[in-house]
Amino acid sequence: MSLGRAFLLAGPALLAAPLLLAQSPSMNLPAQVPAGSAFSVPTSGSGQGTLTIVGPGQALRQSVQLGSPVSVAAGVLYSAGEYVAILSSGSDEQVGQFEVTPAQQPSTLSFLAEPSRLPVDLQNGISGTVYVSDVYHNLILKPMPVSFNLSDSAGPSQTRTVITRDGVAWTRMNSASKEGSAHFVAQVGGVTTTRVIDEVPGDPCNLSMTATPDKGKALLQTAPVRDCSGNPIPDGTVVTFTASFSGRQSTVDVPLKRDVAEVEMPLPPGATVSVASGVVAGNEIHWSGR
Amino acid sequence: MMRRLLLFACALALPLAACAQDASVQVVPPDLHGSRQLEVLTATSVVRDYLESWKAFRTALNQNAPQALSEDFVGTALTRLSDTIAQQSKLGLHTRYTDRSHRLQIVFYSPDGLSLQIIDHVDYDEQVMQGATVIATQPVQARYVVVLTPSQTRWQVRIFQAATE
Repeated sequence: MSLGRAFLLAGPALLAAPLLLAQSPSMNLPAQVPAGSAFSVPTSGSGQGTLTIVGPGQALRQSVQLGSPVSVAAGVLYSAGEYVAILSSGSDEQVGQFEVTPAQQPSTLSFLAEPSRLPVDLQNGISGTVYVSDVYHNLILKPMPVSFNLSDSAGPSQTRTVITRDGVAWTRMNSASKEGSAHFVAQVGGVTTTRVIDEVPGDPCNLSMTATPDKGKALLQTAPVRDCSGNPIPDGTVVTFTASFSGRQSTVDVPLKRDVAEVEMPLPPGATVSVASGVVAGNEIHWSGR
Repeated sequence: MMRRLLLFACALALPLAACAQDASVQVVPPDLHGSRQLEVLTATSVVRDYLESWKAFRTALNQNAPQALSEDFVGTALTRLSDTIAQQSKLGLHTRYTDRSHRLQIVFYSPDGLSLQIIDHVDYDEQVMQGATVIATQPVQARYVVVLTPSQTRWQVRIFQAATE
């Protein structure tokens, strides 16, 4: 067979080959798609097909006119993660992989502030942890500055800015010197979340009492009980008076009322009486009867 | 410090051997940016529970059985995986995930001890199936960002989010 004749026979088949190949579906997937945004996937081929997208976060299917771009509408694919895409037509298919990335704009802050109640004047006593998510509850992994602010009635507020790492940022703050409610605020890109923290008086400080004779008994009375920052200790806090004489002991628990605890105790001359509240011990008095 | 890391590696060796029947597991010593100290026992429990959650994940997505997730997943992760299973069922699909290797590291332990973050570099095959027919098989390498929170008896996965390596 001459070369020219062979070409005449084989030529049409060779020319038809690309046309036949063009029938099988193919697509040009983007490597990344932001969560919830519209995107399109150019396809080639002819006829009808389907695009199936499956990952741990979502599974969906869409009809396709091969040769035209497949449009995925905004809000359809929103769950961040890895996806497998399958473009199929009849028994032919093309498989690819792409990533849905979190949206860039923060929308939700999961803000854990601990504890909800603590004593005043505690260094690093308050902790705050923030997870930053987009509107679809995807964790935003790119570093973002989180501003933490703790304000109370005591004076200047504490502020720290922390950059997120893989979507999380944390900080520690001191409790104020004055009792009251503190507002612990976390802010990222215009999204703010607030937690309220009760700062309560600490343990009593410089607990002291006096003893005066009263109708044959001793009237024991504390000075106004305050913590070391001068905050009054709450009413109802128990103050314990203990009297000792000749190896015998008697104890009276008295709740604070308007900062003061008082009680009348029958004390023989020579008795010793002491005062305490919780783990804090106050002064001791040797009772002479006068 | 080195002693702690060694202890950590030794403590993990036995449970991981039990957990990782198929996939190879490498646990990198923690690189914490939280302020709370991570006890070896805690780290061991977290890694064990996390690997257990992969078993539940595989079963649930392959059998379209959301109930398989309930012990290991909570919150966003549970909702999202359950939704995916519902979508798969509707499409007549199920997905077989075969994890080949995990290289994981604990990177954050919150000061209050109420959350912990793991980064897991996972190699797996994702096989999309319609009935008994395999429609597609795709090898995937992904960096999973995982947040776990403690429940009464175990650590549960609250965020389970992959990104490209």
